[in-house]
Amino acid sequence: MVPKIITRNVDLYYSSFQALKNVSIEIPEKSVTALIGPSGCGKSTFLRLFNRMNDLIDKVKISGEILIDDRSIYKIRSSEIDNLRRKVGMVFQKPNPFPKSIFENVAYGLRVNGINDSQLIANQVERSLKNAALWEEVKDKLKKSAFELSGGQQQRLCIARALAVEPDIILMDEPASALDPISTAKIEELIFDLKKDYTILIVTHNMQQAARVSDYTGFFLNGELIEFNETKMIFTNPKNSKTESYITGRFG
Amino acid sequence: MITFPENADLKKKWTQIVFFWTARILSFGVILVLITILYFITSKGFEVISWDFLTENPKDGMNAGGIFPAIIGTLYLIIGSMIIAFPIGVLAGIYVNEYARNGIAKRIIQIMTNNLSGIPSIVFGLFGMALFVNYLNFGASIIAGSLTLALLSLPLIIRTTEESLKAVDNTFRHASYGLGASKLYTIRKVVLPIAFPNIITGLILSIGRVSGETAPILFTAAAYFLPRLPQSLTDQCMALPYHLYVISTSGTDLDKARPMAYGTALVLVMIVLLVNGLAGLLRNYFARKVKMK
Amino acid sequence: MAGIVEKGIEAIIKASGYFTSLIVLLIVLFLFREGISFLGSEPIEEGYALYTSKSNPVQKVTATQIKDIFDQKILLWSELGGSTDSIRRYELDDLKSIFSESELEKNFENGASCVRKLTDSIPGSLILIPKAAIASEDGLHKVHTDKIDLTEFLSGKEWFPTAKPAGLFGSLPLFLGTLLVSLMAILIALPFGMAGAIYLAEIADQKIRNILKPLIELLSGIPSVVYGFFGLVVIVPWIQKTLGLPVGESALAGSIVLAIMALPTIITVSEDSIRTIPSDVRQASLALGASQWQTIVRVLIPYAASGIGAAVILGIGRAMGETMAVLMVTGNAAVIPHGLAHPVRTIPATIAAELGEAPYGGLHFKALFALGCILFLITFITNYIVDSISRKRKLK
Ligand SMILES: Nc1ncnc2c1ncn2[C@@H]1O[C@H](COP(=O)(O)OP(=O)(O)O)[C@@H](O)[C@H]1O
Ligand SMILES: [Mg+2]
Repeated sequence: MVPKIITRNVDLYYSSFQALKNVSIEIPEKSVTALIGPSGCGKSTFLRLFNRMNDLIDKVKISGEILIDDRSIYKIRSSEIDNLRRKVGMVFQKPNPFPKSIFENVAYGLRVNGINDSQLIANQVERSLKNAALWEEVKDKLKKSAFELSGGQQQRLCIARALAVEPDIILMDEPASALDPISTAKIEELIFDLKKDYTILIVTHNMQQAARVSDYTGFFLNGELIEFNETKMIFTNPKNSKTESYITGRFG
Repeated sequence: MITFPENADLKKKWTQIVFFWTARILSFGVILVLITILYFITSKGFEVISWDFLTENPKDGMNAGGIFPAIIGTLYLIIGSMIIAFPIGVLAGIYVNEYARNGIAKRIIQIMTNNLSGIPSIVFGLFGMALFVNYLNFGASIIAGSLTLALLSLPLIIRTTEESLKAVDNTFRHASYGLGASKLYTIRKVVLPIAFPNIITGLILSIGRVSGETAPILFTAAAYFLPRLPQSLTDQCMALPYHLYVISTSGTDLDKARPMAYGTALVLVMIVLLVNGLAGLLRNYFARKVKMK
Repeated sequence: MAGIVEKGIEAIIKASGYFTSLIVLLIVLFLFREGISFLGSEPIEEGYALYTSKSNPVQKVTATQIKDIFDQKILLWSELGGSTDSIRRYELDDLKSIFSESELEKNFENGASCVRKLTDSIPGSLILIPKAAIASEDGLHKVHTDKIDLTEFLSGKEWFPTAKPAGLFGSLPLFLGTLLVSLMAILIALPFGMAGAIYLAEIADQKIRNILKPLIELLSGIPSVVYGFFGLVVIVPWIQKTLGLPVGESALAGSIVLAIMALPTIITVSEDSIRTIPSDVRQASLALGASQWQTIVRVLIPYAASGIGAAVILGIGRAMGETMAVLMVTGNAAVIPHGLAHPVRTIPATIAAELGEAPYGGLHFKALFALGCILFLITFITNYIVDSISRKRKLK
């Protein structure tokens, strides 16, 4: 397996608080990696490393090496950050469409990055909505406000929005935690389809979900990556006793 | 596979730099206006203000002398209005935050208080004239002016009280109930003492507002010129803001009265600065106290 | 015993809670009582009446027509729908010179018969006389004046309440003046206010914010009369000089002063509505490669649009009610505004300037209360809109 993302000895501090401790990981390409662990253990912080979203927070200090496609993403010029962010899409916990039409939500990433060709945009919007399994539901109301969609549809719209700029990697921070079971199932199905083309990192609190959708699982505790392995190994045969007690505690 | 135009990121960057600076410059423009006003009035007023200016009566058709009666008048109006508004406002705030459990009652009070705070001050003037001056027959007087100003400052006092009470953690209340204390006792002995410094900021801000209001006292209290200090609550009084209005627009000799006007304006501005400073200090103190828990 | 005291105190607390509601009701009552009694009154000077000859077909004249007659702009009855006779005006003093004292009697006990004689002999006559001088209207032709109605009050183009013998109470110039000055003020304030809000909410770091916020609060604490004074001694002369105007007191001066006064409201309310946008919306935009500025313009401002709208409406409402500053710098000409460089007069300024001179209980006095009602309604509507916007935002 080719590693898409590599971190080596990454430490992250919020002012004086250390949120990530010496994290080293190799995440294989075109797979789904689940990140699990109790609240506040640093999963979201870890996720935000890869599109340099942590840069936006005051007083963050990061050390160690973070590579995507063998390029250190913290050594690039600042003008390349936008390019990095196009390569790494992100989906959030709560559906957060922009106050625009369904069409414009998906077109947003193209427009802000300088694409004006309306035919190209229309094609790309359609393709992204199809990839996000939303096209059939919205093709007749593309001009309607995105807020008119249901929560589950909104979340798939957000995924379509991320897909439109053709990323390689998609970061998902508890993407289904605010949704009902049926919408959750649709999202999980979608994730399964997407991994053909994308490297997906997903944070989840739901052990069953991690077991269902992911190929690999990393377990975080207090900022440390305790264990990283194939998902079936983590859930059937964890090497670390902390992983085991977390998983068993959650399962029953 | 789409390709993004290569210059797009550079264009974004420059647009951002240009607009961020525009926003910065416009924002500092706002602050510059404030500084200009303060500097202008302070520098001009400073030449005029002296002990005599503050303690003498106006002379020569208010073109010379001091503003003592206006200071005293404003002081009377402040004291009068606060004696009326502060207790009612605080009690109303207590009612809204501690008692009104019923959603509709609370909502009505909040809407009405909100409405009251939006009413233009000249309308308070009209109302004060109709009710206090004419209907209740107080005539234009300190008492009529104080009542009018009291009504105007109620919403501010109610709102700050409500917010200060809201900031008091519920654990204090529960602890007190746990010891068998009644609701009123809890409010009096536990909640109010914690919230008090912040409630006082409401009082101080109201004093700032009341001291500068002109329109409400135009017809209810303010006198163009009084040769002596008011003797009773039913007398008219001079007041700083009205005095400034008069000597800057309709005095006997506007040019000669200008220095007097600068001095009066500076006194008003100093009251505002004092009030804001004091309120800021109290707020910080309160924030620390609530955090301590 | 202690229980009763406690109950009593709690009753007082409850009563205080409803005190503001009581005050709002009282304000409505007192304002509208006077204001509504203004409508339906005759605009002719209190205690006076107009008479003409019995053969004259004219039954009614408007307040404007009366003014034009006495200003000698209307000279013929035909202009009022009557005969081709020219109008001959007589007042009490004229009667005194026409009739001997014995004919009139000491206290005009014979006023009515004198009026009859005069109107019978001179067909085009129009007599303005105190009602007290007319013992009985038998055989007299009284010319009625149109009662003031709401449309006339709201759409009348002339405000001249002290006109003799009939005041003109058209509030349109005042309303337009108010609207012009306030809207212009918001237009001037908006770019600065938006920039300030954006800067404070999204650009400035915490330290600068902590300095700027209290300064902006300070701006809202300065009394309006001080703004008026500043406008009078700085802005008015400046406008006069730069625009080369005969007088600097103008709608523009009022707008600038009001703009400064509206800034704190616009900045704080808009900043608040930008700040309360969930942070992941911001992040979602940045994560797509948008710049911070693109995020602000394309996502955050549309997101906060209703809050910013509320700020603008609130700002306009406040500006329309502002009295002293406007009174001091706008020049107070009660005419339909010709433009920004001309003097105008607003509703609050009119009340402030005229109430002191209007005799208590008279028509003019009531008219000013009617203006107060308009102001009250404006603020009421403003509040309602802002309130419903902010409630909708909370639901979202
Ligand atoms: N912006 C921030 N500033 C300071 N501390 C933060 C910030 N974001 C997160 N933290 C802290 O870092 C730790 C990890 O947070 P996070 O990555 O959000 O955890 P998780 O997603 O696993 O719940 C937590 O203790 C949290 O309080
Ligand atoms: Mg998280």
